[in-house]
Amino acid sequence: MNSVQEGYFYLKTHEWVKPVDETTFLVGISDFAQHALGDIVYVALPEVGDAVKFNERFCDVESVKAVSDVYSPISGSIIEINSALEDSPELLNQDPYATWIIKVEGSFDVSGLLNAQDYTKFLEDLQ
Amino acid sequence: MAKLIFELSATGHRAVTFPSSSCQDVDFKDFEAQSLPDLPEIAEIDLVRHYIGLSRMAHGVDTGFYPLGSCTMKYNPKLNEDVASLEGFAKTHPYQPSWSVQGNLKAMRHLQDALSEICGMDEFTLQPAAGAHGEFTGMLIIAAYHRANNDAKRTKVIVPDAAHGTNPASAVMAGFDVVTVKSDANGGVDFEALKSLVDETTAALMLTNPNTLGLFDPNIKAIADLVHDAGGLLYYDGANLNAIMGLSRPGDMGFDVVHLNLHKTFSTPHGGGGPGSGPVGVKKFLTPFLPKGSYLREQPDSLSFAPTHSIGRMRSFHGNFLTTMRALTYILFNGKGLTEVSKVAILNANYMMHHLSDIFTVAYPQICMHEFVLTLEKEKDIYHVSAKDLSKAMLDFNMHPPTMYFPQIVHEALMIEPNETESKSTLDEAIALFKMLYQKMIEDPSYLQNAPYTTPVKRVDDVLAARVPIVKYQKESK
Repeated sequence: MNSVQEGYFYLKTHEWVKPVDETTFLVGISDFAQHALGDIVYVALPEVGDAVKFNERFCDVESVKAVSDVYSPISGSIIEINSALEDSPELLNQDPYATWIIKVEGSFDVSGLLNAQDYTKFLEDLQ
Repeated sequence: MAKLIFELSATGHRAVTFPSSSCQDVDFKDFEAQSLPDLPEIAEIDLVRHYIGLSRMAHGVDTGFYPLGSCTMKYNPKLNEDVASLEGFAKTHPYQPSWSVQGNLKAMRHLQDALSEICGMDEFTLQPAAGAHGEFTGMLIIAAYHRANNDAKRTKVIVPDAAHGTNPASAVMAGFDVVTVKSDANGGVDFEALKSLVDETTAALMLTNPNTLGLFDPNIKAIADLVHDAGGLLYYDGANLNAIMGLSRPGDMGFDVVHLNLHKTFSTPHGGGGPGSGPVGVKKFLTPFLPKGSYLREQPDSLSFAPTHSIGRMRSFHGNFLTTMRALTYILFNGKGLTEVSKVAILNANYMMHHLSDIFTVAYPQICMHEFVLTLEKEKDIYHVSAKDLSKAMLDFNMHPPTMYFPQIVHEALMIEPNETESKSTLDEAIALFKMLYQKMIEDPSYLQNAPYTTPVKRVDDVLAARVPIVKYQKESK
């Protein structure tokens, strides 16, 4: 439970970003986030071409309990959305680290992000 | 589970037999609709049994305790019904000339003045048909006000993270961007966080006080000054007015616009989706923005009057008139006793909180107003019993569960609002039930995990219902 993946970088609001190459990044939500949300029933996906900004909301996910904003751990523009989430939002529950929400072209700034070790500690402090 | 009325339908059954008509038969071919609508065919006796049967499966304030937090499920005195069914109210028509309905107009004026007095506002419109409709009306008024001042940069509405979900929804519908301000350790608005958000783009702050944790924000004056100094307005969500009648007034706290829920605070029915009523009150400088057709003090002769900067009509005529007359009855009957209503609502909430706090964890332990929030986060970890499981178990004991999973800042939340109309013995029974179920959770968690056992419908698959919603009955093809 509440697993944290190495090689991913995290926001304190429980989103992750994973570098694919120097300018391409995947963005999703952490295992902690999907646990806290419970069964996710809908993802209001943004559109390809939309700009995302570090620490600003780019989409929302709806669970049985609530609708929650998802914040971007990176600035850039969206080059792909994970359209599988349109019909299968539960993928975010099943495998939160393999299920990215958006693919972003942008620049990576590690300051303001937590690495796996720091995020693990952050989660421990939350408990 | 009960059948739908469409499933009961049998060809040729009728609840009504029309007398033979002297009019000529008309051929359907002349009309756009070429066939009769597909209505259920059912005899009167089966029809009555169907609906009475459904009503017996429902839980209401008239059948049992209903401590649903932030909803103020108080008893609706039957006197309200007597008054609302008086001929002079029930049998008038909104198109009657105004000289023939002077009594009704006087009653509306009386209610608007009473609500103004209770809330410390200058004028009310009775048009909005529900709380959220009132919120929307209020946000349109705020938008119109900034527009009239050529202050187009005010695009942001600040909403606390503990706010009712309708607040951000209403703000967005009125064209604003919503910014969330977090709560502080005491459950109030985080003043420092608010300071960093308020600027020249702030259109308004929406607040309910006491908030959804049942706590009165002691910083309200400083909050109001901060927002006003930046040129923003203060919007009061009247959902929790039941805690403060005669004790404090939104207008005195600095609020400029307020909506009320007559079905909460003023004992009009919640049932059947309405009719609700969500009057909106404003300070004097905002009266030019009120909906067209509001019954204003300056224009007592005209029912179609539009104030200079009116946001337009929000609903036909005067909202749900008979509902407003129920609220007027409640106010006139209680008079100064409305203060007592709020005091007893606070006392009842604190009584329940006190007697539950030896076993349950109160999310923000301090003296509360009319409601309080428990958290079952710890119990969920230890016994794997959730707030939902405990709530479901209550259904077997003729008690409606508290509000669950709200406010969202409290995990595994149960929000309890007992209200002033319940007796001490009812509260004691509820406390005993909470404690019995807690004991059961320790001894046999599976009992709660599988509850309820006696209801017509057991656990519903709310995940499937949300993922694959079927919102319309599909008739099997014949």
